[in-house]
Amino acid sequence: MAERIRKSAANSSHTEEIAPETAVESPQSDLVAELDDLLDEIDEVLETNAEEFVKNYVQKGGQ
Amino acid sequence: MATPKICGIETEYGILAIGSDMGPIAASSLVVGSYSGGTSSWDYSLERPGEDARGFTLDDQFLPEIEVQLVNSVLTNGSRYYVDHAHPEISGPECTNALDILRYDQAADEILRRSLDLANQQLPQGVSIVAHKNNSDGKGNSYGSHENYLVSRLVPFDQLAAFITPHFVTRQIIVGAGKVGSEFPANRPTFEGFQISQRADFFEEEIGLETTIKRPIVNTRDEPHCDPTHLRRFHVIVGDANMSQAATFVRVGSTQLVLALIEEGLYPPHLVIDDPVAEIRQVSRDLESTHKITLHDGRLMSAMEIQRDLYDRCVTAVACGMDIGSSPEVVSLVLSTWGRMLNAVETMNDEAPRLIDWVAKKRLVDGFRDRHGLKDGDPRLKAIDLQYHDLRPNKCLAFKCGLETLVPASEVALAVDAPPEDTRAYMRGMLMRGYSEEIVSANWDSIVVDIGGDVLKRIDMPDPLRGTRTLTERLFEGDPSLLTLLKRLEGR
Repeated sequence: MAERIRKSAANSSHTEEIAPETAVESPQSDLVAELDDLLDEIDEVLETNAEEFVKNYVQKGGQ
Repeated sequence: MATPKICGIETEYGILAIGSDMGPIAASSLVVGSYSGGTSSWDYSLERPGEDARGFTLDDQFLPEIEVQLVNSVLTNGSRYYVDHAHPEISGPECTNALDILRYDQAADEILRRSLDLANQQLPQGVSIVAHKNNSDGKGNSYGSHENYLVSRLVPFDQLAAFITPHFVTRQIIVGAGKVGSEFPANRPTFEGFQISQRADFFEEEIGLETTIKRPIVNTRDEPHCDPTHLRRFHVIVGDANMSQAATFVRVGSTQLVLALIEEGLYPPHLVIDDPVAEIRQVSRDLESTHKITLHDGRLMSAMEIQRDLYDRCVTAVACGMDIGSSPEVVSLVLSTWGRMLNAVETMNDEAPRLIDWVAKKRLVDGFRDRHGLKDGDPRLKAIDLQYHDLRPNKCLAFKCGLETLVPASEVALAVDAPPEDTRAYMRGMLMRGYSEEIVSANWDSIVVDIGGDVLKRIDMPDPLRGTRTLTERLFEGDPSLLTLLKRLEGR
């Protein structure tokens, strides 16, 4: 946000170009940004040896 | 009026000991025993798991499977907590409504988490037990999250089965928990592809008594744990365990309503599926919603169209006074949430990954695959599937992905210890809370106590709608001795 303010201050004739950019920030891009954060987190918490974990994950059949 | 749709959920959790060769039965026993101490034993004398709703019994065949030596206990919240088929299982208390079902389902998860903490404190460094609220290991082995509903015996069982089956085949589009891979046929499992349901691959029959092999979409176990002349307990084994609260809530709430439609004679008789076993797998693989289901009369309908039809009929029936014994507020919340979930999956709007497990899971799997350029079938994608259901809060991906919450943590914490107040689970829970030392054994409809002397005393609770707080609170006033309590009980 701070950067955007500087940009518009530096070139006030381009403010109309900045408006559509902010309008794009719909809930859809919230979901996209959220997914990025989630994937960062998955990179951290996914079992360190995921392949081994999956291989060892064997259950006895139940009901 | 439809029979009050008293209901309950029983969940078998996946279990794994990391850093040890401890088997699943030992691990399950340690987990359950750590929480409950395994003190009170279960009373099997009145159980009839071989009783078939179609009119015959198979008791001899089923009796040897009873695992009496395993840890088995009744909790103060009215649940049964035990080891079943090498899994920890919690059978929740009888509830009158889907919101209580959700509270006790969440409480069951919390009890598992506390049990894991207690069990892991006893294990050496580097060894730990983990549990997953899922229904399959991806290698052809499945375990269930079963639902139970009280229904009237006035509806012939074959008709009940034919009419409820379309809901079971199609409700997965909103309550499926999602799965990376395929386990059909069971001897050729693969991690390739993605499907809507955890359980759909494991159903081989339309109707039958089995639960562990040749599983049927409609299970015929006929063991009402109450007045068997008028009521049956409809035992549902077809569903996925859900991480989404909305999904657990609507899975049970919508099924209560469709069962009531059938009892009230409001179910459309033409809405019967021609080949449900094939269709349940097809629907599970129909991620683009293009598949048409063939009905008995030759018409074609999508899973969404069938759900919309059932949903609209339930909305109308409730508006016209159909009563399922739940409060109007909860029924109204069931209908609005069911409607939101149908809209969400139909349009794949922003609510879809907030409400629907398979959509939330697929979003993580697809995102991870794209980010790291992985191929279909990569075991890391299966690891995401498994970890979606991991009960450890720091590992559980479902906790992290923004699912909507319907019951706050404070209510779940209460439900860990306190029983529901409007069924006989209240009486069971209160007895467990105050008199666990004197309780010899328990079952859903009775509790056997030792009051000294030669004879044990059985307290019968045949009616699930009695033994409520309103009816029994005064018995427990002043924390009486068990003898005084029994005198008060007999003096009524």
